[in-house]
Amino acid sequence: MFETLSDRLGKALEGLTSRGALKESDVEAAMRDVRVALLEADVALPVVKDFIGRVKKEAVGEKVLKSVTPGQQVVKIVHDELVAMLGAEEEEQKLRLLGEPPQALMMVGLQGSGKTTSTAKLARRLKEKDRKKVLMASLDVNRPAAQEQLKVLGEQIDVATLPIVKGQGPVDIAKRAMQAGRLSGYDVVILDTAGRLHVDEALMDEVAAVKAAANPSEIMLVVDAMTGQDAVNVAESFTKRIGLTGVLLTRVDGDARGGAALSMRQVTGCPIKFLGTGEKSEALEVFRADSIASRILGMGDIVSLVEKASETIEQEEAERIAKRMQKGQFDLDDMRKQLEQMRKMGGMEGLMGMLPGIGKMKKQLAAANIDEKMLKRQEAIIQSMTPKERGNPKMLHASRKLRIAAGSGTSVQEVNKVLKQHQQMAKMMKQFTKMGKKGGMPTLPGMGGGMPPGGLPPGFGGPR
Amino acid sequence: MALRWFQRLKQGLAKTSSRLTDGVQGIFTGRRRLDEEALEDLEDLLITADLGPATAAKLTAELARTRFEKEVSGEEVREAFAASITDILAPTAKPLEAGNDPTKRPHVVLVVGVNGSGKTTTIGKLAHQLRGQGKSVMLCAGDTFRAAAIEQLRIWGERVGAPVVARDSGADAAGLAFDAYKQAREAGTDVLLIDTAGRLHNKKDLMDELSKIVRVLRKLDETTPHDIVMVLDATVGQNALQQVQVFRELVSITGLVVTKLDGTAKAGVLIALAETFGLPVHAVGVGETAEDLRPFKAEDYARGLMGLE
Repeated sequence: MFETLSDRLGKALEGLTSRGALKESDVEAAMRDVRVALLEADVALPVVKDFIGRVKKEAVGEKVLKSVTPGQQVVKIVHDELVAMLGAEEEEQKLRLLGEPPQALMMVGLQGSGKTTSTAKLARRLKEKDRKKVLMASLDVNRPAAQEQLKVLGEQIDVATLPIVKGQGPVDIAKRAMQAGRLSGYDVVILDTAGRLHVDEALMDEVAAVKAAANPSEIMLVVDAMTGQDAVNVAESFTKRIGLTGVLLTRVDGDARGGAALSMRQVTGCPIKFLGTGEKSEALEVFRADSIASRILGMGDIVSLVEKASETIEQEEAERIAKRMQKGQFDLDDMRKQLEQMRKMGGMEGLMGMLPGIGKMKKQLAAANIDEKMLKRQEAIIQSMTPKERGNPKMLHASRKLRIAAGSGTSVQEVNKVLKQHQQMAKMMKQFTKMGKKGGMPTLPGMGGGMPPGGLPPGFGGPR
Repeated sequence: MALRWFQRLKQGLAKTSSRLTDGVQGIFTGRRRLDEEALEDLEDLLITADLGPATAAKLTAELARTRFEKEVSGEEVREAFAASITDILAPTAKPLEAGNDPTKRPHVVLVVGVNGSGKTTTIGKLAHQLRGQGKSVMLCAGDTFRAAAIEQLRIWGERVGAPVVARDSGADAAGLAFDAYKQAREAGTDVLLIDTAGRLHNKKDLMDELSKIVRVLRKLDETTPHDIVMVLDATVGQNALQQVQVFRELVSITGLVVTKLDGTAKAGVLIALAETFGLPVHAVGVGETAEDLRPFKAEDYARGLMGLE
C-alpha cells in the first residue's frame, strides 16, 4: 500500500524542493496536484479539503517562503499534517482491556471487510504477546458457515471458541459468551459480529443490542483498505449508532493507495490501532502514524525495519554473527543465514520499502526481476555445498561447482555469481571492521548503516 | 416475482443515490448560473460517489461545454449527468448467458476476485437464478484456503439443489476444478460454477495459482472456462481499476458482477472501468438473499445514481 500515493505526492512536491525561491502560486499549483493525488488514493473528499486548507495556510506564510529552503519546509509541513491526520497518542493506540476480566472486544464492519480473519489475528496476538486467555465467539448467524469459519481458525491458532448452538440469536450468543468468559476465567472475549451495511436499520439495532448485553470495552471497526469514498459514510454511521474505540484496517498488503487509512482518524475520531497485512494469522501490525506518513512521503520507515528485524532475527544468532564479522570472518554459512533472515523479513522488496530514499529504486529492483525466488535459489546453492566448502570457498573447483549446480538445480554461472557476491560481502565486512562500525545493524551487512546512500548491497545491484 | 425484483432494485439504489441527489439539489436550489464554482462543487460531488477525479472532471467538462454560464436547475444537471453516464455504461450491460448452448455442456463459469468481495454468495445467487430457469447446475468449492468456505458453498448447494464438488481444505484448486469439470461433463450438467479463493491482485504466487486453474481446465476443453467473472465490491474505490487490470491481464476476465450495491456505496468507479476496459457488467447484488442478484441496466443505474425516476 501507499507506493503509488507516495510516487504521486513525490512528483507533486518535487517541483517545490528543486527551487530556491517560492511564490504563493507555486505552492497553489503543487497543492492542486496533491489534491488529485489524495483523491485518486480514495482519501475522503472532506478530509482532503481540510488537509489542503491547513497545509496552504501554513505554507504560504512569510516565514516559510522567505526561508532558505522553502521547498523542504513545505514538504515538512505536508509530513507533519499527514501525521496529524493519521496520528494518535501512543497511549490511545493500546487495546482497552483494563478492568475486571473478562473484557469484551467487539468487532464490527461491513460484509467482507475481514472481521473473522482479524478476530483470529487479534486473538493470537493477545494470547502470544500479552499472555491473555482468550475466548472467541462468532455472532454471525447470517452468512452460511461463518461460525464454522471462526471455529476452524480457533483450532489453527489454538484459541478457544464458544461452542456453536444452532438457532441461537446474536444477543443470546453474546450473553452466553460473556457467561462462559466469567465462569472459565478468560481475560478477553472477542465477539465477531455479522457483517452489516450501516444503512440496514434492523441489523444496526441488533448490534446495538449486542453492545448493551456484552458491554464491550473495545469496539473495533474493521475496514478494508481498498474502500473508496464510502468509507466516510460507513465510519460515520457506526460511530453515531454504536460508538467506536478503534479501527483495524485490513488488506494493507494490497496495492490500494491507502485513502481509507488517511480518512479514518478524522471521521471516527478514534485511532487506527492495527493493520492487517496478509492472510496468515500472524500478519497483524501495530499502526504507527509517523511511520506511515514517512512511508507515504518516501522517507523510509526505519522504526518498522528495526522492529521487524528484532522480531525475526534470533538474538543469539545475531550476536554470534556480529562477533564473527568483527573479526572479519564471513563464510558462506553466514551468508546463507543472512539470506534466510532476509527472506523471513519479507524479502528484498519488503525491506527496501522501509529504507529511506529507496522508493524510486524499488521500481528498478522490480525491473531487474530480483524476486524472492532468487534468494531461495541462492540459499539452495549454498545448501548444496559441504560444510567444508562453505567454510573455505577457495576449494571450489570446476567439478565441485558442477556438483553444486546439479544439486541445487541451478547452473555453474549461478554458483559463480553467489561466490562472487560472497567475496564482495566479505570484503565489505572487512571494511566495516576497519571503520570500526559497531552497533547499527550488524546482522545486515550491506543493508544497514554501512550502505552507501542510495546504494544496494553488492550483488544485489541495479539492472544488469 | 418481477415486481419484487424491481422494488428491491429501487430500494437499493435509493440509498445509493440520496446523498448525491441531495448534493446536486443543494448546489442548485431553484435555478442558478452554471459558473466555475458550481462546476467545481459538482466535480467534488461526483468524486464522493467514487467516480474518480479524472472521470468527474470529464463529466463536468462535458456539462460545461453545452451549458456553461447558462441558468440551470438541479433536475437538469442530474438529467444531463444521467444521460452521459448511460451512454458510457450502456454497451457494458450484458447478462451472463450460460447453459443455453448445447455445445457447451457444461458451460464453465470461473468466479474470481479479491478477498471478501462476495464470490461465494454471488455463486449461490447465480446458481439460484439458473436453477429457476430450469437448468442443472454444479458447484465447485474451489476456495480451499479460507476456513469453512467449502461449508458455506455446500449450504448454498443444498438451498438451491445443486451438487457441490469439494475436497478437503488446503487441496489443490486446479486439480479440484479438473475433477469437477469431468464430473459435470459426465452428468451432462448445464452449468458448472467454480468458486476460487479470494486473492489480492498484487500477490504474484496467488495469481499464478489462478492462471493454473485456467490452464488445467483448458487441458480438458480448450474453450473453457467459457466465462471468467470477476466479483467487485461496490464499496471499493479507485483501486478497482488496478484490480481489474491485473486480473484481466492474468486470466482474461470476460465480465463483472458488482456486489453490495444496497449500501451507500455507489460503485461510481464502474464508469471509469467501463471507459478503461469496456468489460460487460453481468449483474449487481443488492442484498443477502438468493433473489438479490439482478441484471445490470445502464439507464436504471445511471438514473438511480442521480436520483431520477
